[in-house]
Amino acid sequence: MAEHQAHATTGTYLRIAAILVMITLVEVGVFYVPAFQSALVPVLLVLSAIKFALVVMFYMHLKFDNKFFTLLFGGPLLLGFFVVISLLFLFYGGIRLRTGM
Amino acid sequence: MRYDTQEHAVAAAHGHATFMGLDNRKMAFWAFIGSECLLFGSLISTYLIYKGRSLTGPYPHEILNIPFTSFSTFDLLMSSLAMVLALAAVQRGDMKQGKLWLLITALLGLVFLGGQVWEFSHFYHEGLGLTTNLFGSTFYVLTGTHGAHVTVGVIWLLTLWIQALRGKLGPANAMTVEITGLYWHFVDVVWIIIFTVVYLIQ
Repeated sequence: MAEHQAHATTGTYLRIAAILVMITLVEVGVFYVPAFQSALVPVLLVLSAIKFALVVMFYMHLKFDNKFFTLLFGGPLLLGFFVVISLLFLFYGGIRLRTGM
Repeated sequence: MRYDTQEHAVAAAHGHATFMGLDNRKMAFWAFIGSECLLFGSLISTYLIYKGRSLTGPYPHEILNIPFTSFSTFDLLMSSLAMVLALAAVQRGDMKQGKLWLLITALLGLVFLGGQVWEFSHFYHEGLGLTTNLFGSTFYVLTGTHGAHVTVGVIWLLTLWIQALRGKLGPANAMTVEITGLYWHFVDVVWIIIFTVVYLIQ
């Protein structure tokens, strides 16, 4: 099949797993450190996005597969992301307009 | 009408190539995963919109157990590793390793589900039901939908494992294992987001 290209090696899979575990430990560490509380949300969102990308690229093989699969996944993913942002903006924006806060 | 049964059997095992040269089952499954992004996007939106708007407790910071959920996250990440190792083994024809990793993936999925059952029953005894407050409703619907997906994944993995035990799974069916893996990894990435949005950002 045209989409069947070389996938990552077992060594790569193990390294990705180690990175995923380390990022999770950092996430939990950041959660418990009071000094990070002011930057907690952006830091956690970035770390989460890195984990998401690593799993999708290497374990789901999108990095190696046909780009059409990236389009099939990335299109709805972006749409879903904009739905989340739009709903949050509409809901909290509406509250701010009503309450002036 | 006369059917060429051998041709049908080959098609059933290998799928059909689209005009782009891509496997039709894999293409359909990526489209399905895309639609799942919208399902979980709507559930996460609902959780975030009602976040902090519960009029009565228990509230998230009073009840969520981060160390326990961190272990569940670790468990699911390791199940994803086991899944790719299962696929790699099946692709190279090492069915002994393939069967082992498929079983390990399913067992890690069962451990995650056991943890979720314990968490839900613990929360219920702490006074958080589906209709207790907005947090309870959105939390149970979001994490419960994810748990239902994990349950389907575990059943799917065990089915594959039984097929492998009966000698009906081999390198020729590697695409079946790859599609199962796509589903399993998607369940994992959804949990990566839930762990951050629900548990860590309180």
